[in-house]
Amino acid sequence: MLHLNFHDYQTLRAHGEETYPHECCGVLLGTSTPDGNHVRETVRAGNTRTDRAHDRYNIAPEELIRIQRHARKLGLDIVGFYHSHPDCPAQWSKTDFDEAHWIGCSYVITRVDQGNATISNSFLLTGTDEEDKKFLDEPVEIEMEKQEA
Amino acid sequence: MKINIPTPLRTYTGGLQTVTVPGATIGEALEQLVGTYPDLRQHLYTGEGKLRSFVNLYLNDDDIRYLPQKEATAASADDELTIIPSIAGGRLPHRQSAPIAPLLVIPWRSGGICFCN
Repeated sequence: MLHLNFHDYQTLRAHGEETYPHECCGVLLGTSTPDGNHVRETVRAGNTRTDRAHDRYNIAPEELIRIQRHARKLGLDIVGFYHSHPDCPAQWSKTDFDEAHWIGCSYVITRVDQGNATISNSFLLTGTDEEDKKFLDEPVEIEMEKQEA
Repeated sequence: MKINIPTPLRTYTGGLQTVTVPGATIGEALEQLVGTYPDLRQHLYTGEGKLRSFVNLYLNDDDIRYLPQKEATAASADDELTIIPSIAGGRLPHRQSAPIAPLLVIPWRSGGICFCN
């Protein structure tokens, strides 16, 4: 299960609305425990696929390294990624699968219809290597902030 | 040299985020790494011994593919090598047979809600 708070959930969905009709992308920082990946911070990243940002995304490795360094300072790890599918299902595509290499990480995909974020789904990349990897549907728990009495 | 291990490969380094290995060059340090943690080799290299296309190696802030001497580049104990798999994708092509997951919103413990695919 992927655990994230409502603020982070809103942040990643808003990112997809802002970049529509292009795909957005970002990184989920947090901790991994036996009951799933717990997100503590979402970090927006630039989409380097400016040649076809309407249906592709790529995060520059240099930016990933900077984000990883930032995470370590906070005692966190990279536990997942997010991106948007403009006017397409919130399901992983063949391209998403072929380009997924972070086994154990959560991949959140948000469908954005005409600029409005609709469904967000998460998929956990499991397996041991490139030959047996697979995406599993992953439930998402949104942690709501406590209301003061 | 310090080598930073990405999350998915820590399974093969006993959970270590960073491994320190000897080596006068990047290549020597990598050989030490896979010598110490042999299960890492297949995740970094193809059967032909080439670095996998999705594996990026950075010496400090430099992509080693663009260093003149690549893996033969000299490195010191103060240098940091980072292994970072690529992250990419995109909406096309669709999986035509894949249904859109129904979105279920159900009450969840501790005041949260659960979105189940």
